[in-house]
Amino acid sequence: MTRARILVTSFLFVVAAYMLLPIWWLVVSASKSSADLFSTNPLWFSGLNLGDNLSRVMSQDNGLFPRWMLNTLLYAGGGAFGAMLLAAMAGYALAKFPFRGRNVLFGVIMAAVLLPLPLLTIPIYLLESKIGLINTAWGMLLPSMVSPFGVYLARAFAQVAVPDELLDAGRVDGAGEIRLFFTVGLRLMAPAMVTLFLFQFVAIWNNFFLPMMLLNDQELWPITLGLVRWHGIRTGFLRDAVVTGALLSLIPVVLAFLSLQRFWKADLAAGSIK
Amino acid sequence: MAVTPLAQNARTSRARPRTRSRWNSPGRAAAPLLIPFCLLFIVFFLAPVGYAINESLHAVKRSGLGFGSPERIFAGLGNYTKVFQDGTFLAGVGRLLLFGLVQVPIMLGLALVLALLLDGKAARFTRFFRVVYFLPYAVPGVIAAIVWAFLYNPEVLGVDLLGDGTVLWSMGNIVTWTWTGFNMLVIYSALKAIPSELYEAAALDGASPWKIAWSIKIPMVRPSLVLTGVFSIIGTLQLFNEPMILSDVTPAVSKDFTPLMWSLQVALDHNDYGLGSAISIVLALVAGGLSLLFLRLSAWLTARGARP
Repeated sequence: MTRARILVTSFLFVVAAYMLLPIWWLVVSASKSSADLFSTNPLWFSGLNLGDNLSRVMSQDNGLFPRWMLNTLLYAGGGAFGAMLLAAMAGYALAKFPFRGRNVLFGVIMAAVLLPLPLLTIPIYLLESKIGLINTAWGMLLPSMVSPFGVYLARAFAQVAVPDELLDAGRVDGAGEIRLFFTVGLRLMAPAMVTLFLFQFVAIWNNFFLPMMLLNDQELWPITLGLVRWHGIRTGFLRDAVVTGALLSLIPVVLAFLSLQRFWKADLAAGSIK
Repeated sequence: MAVTPLAQNARTSRARPRTRSRWNSPGRAAAPLLIPFCLLFIVFFLAPVGYAINESLHAVKRSGLGFGSPERIFAGLGNYTKVFQDGTFLAGVGRLLLFGLVQVPIMLGLALVLALLLDGKAARFTRFFRVVYFLPYAVPGVIAAIVWAFLYNPEVLGVDLLGDGTVLWSMGNIVTWTWTGFNMLVIYSALKAIPSELYEAAALDGASPWKIAWSIKIPMVRPSLVLTGVFSIIGTLQLFNEPMILSDVTPAVSKDFTPLMWSLQVALDHNDYGLGSAISIVLALVAGGLSLLFLRLSAWLTARGARP
């Protein structure tokens, strides 16, 4: 029994080391000068240049980096919040109102889950350039607010977590449907909504293809696009800016996860079990 | 001050007919909740798909010497034949199939083993491990690719991991690193949802932990395995971020390495939206077809396994 425990735990530690390796390298490298980046032990510190690197990242190209950081927070935060709210409303409506055509609508939304998002990106680019949304923050935010998978998750969760009796009681008391949704439904669905928010937050944070197509103006770029551009230039001068920038870009996502972690537990499975 | 009673008045006077109509038509009650999503869904999902299909059926004809304005003509399935005639698409899909056949089983296998170990009794520090394994998921794909590209630098490890023969597997490592923890968490959540009486009884009967994992836990989490399997298949065919970053670093990754990269190159660099759309549509159909095949296969395996 103890031997099994030692074996299992050491295996888990080996995998943990693998998962942490790139992040550790990033932390170490962000503190090195560009001369030391590849000439010293990649996994251990050499000199402390973190301050210099930070100020370089922040001032590079007239302070584009902080701008990118704020843009990313706006796109990911705003987009995820919108997606969460819209998906919660739609999923709740699909779960709680037996209107005609409900299954067809749900089927269409489900088919969209399987649709490769990149397929949509070029047409979205063409459509947006026709209606003048291209190269604007709204042009980036609006498509990010549509999450068919979120609707699926919200519907599954509303079926389980929101009892009809409670809604009927509210109706008898004269509450309108919209109010019932916001005061009863949304509150009971909160754990799933946190999951949905995080998923969408990461998905938008991760989405590189869409902003690459839609945003021409450097001032509007999210962090991923900016860092890839810097990485593509690949001069020694920018190399440590990319490394330090990459490290900084992880902080908001990790913070979002750690702070929301206690709100979301096992609900990932809610969708898959059904 | 005078506004409040008025508003209240309006609300009470409206309340009664609305209550009645709600019972008559649930659609009317659902509509205000559904409309915002559906509106955006139509604009940013359905319309683009329609647009892409329409675009894929047209081609732009330029006059012989490139003078004069190009003419847009109906091309029928011409773009689709081009997709298959040009070897680029099949080469890209072939590359991804090879990639998926190796990478997806490794990733999901590792995810399943980790989930089972964390759910089992022998593991310690499970909370810590869960957070650490999930951490890479929070790292944006392109950032992960940039960091790994630095690590693959021969100056760091002393081995060439970006050559013709190795780069596909170096890419597989990035994808595995990013997604194992996510898949593990999906499976782990399903394991936690199994009522423990189910295997406590088996343990009392003297079943070993291996036996319990194999005959009780894995069959119970099969839906999650299928779900992660489908997502992995779709994700593999859409591979874009990792090869795009690596194409900046090594000549072994061409600008048309995956079908999606090719579609982008055709649409943006050559301004051929018709062919670009056709590539994306074929890719979507391949992804849908493979997912369906996988679902069928796992349903068939389940049915076969259920028979004594």
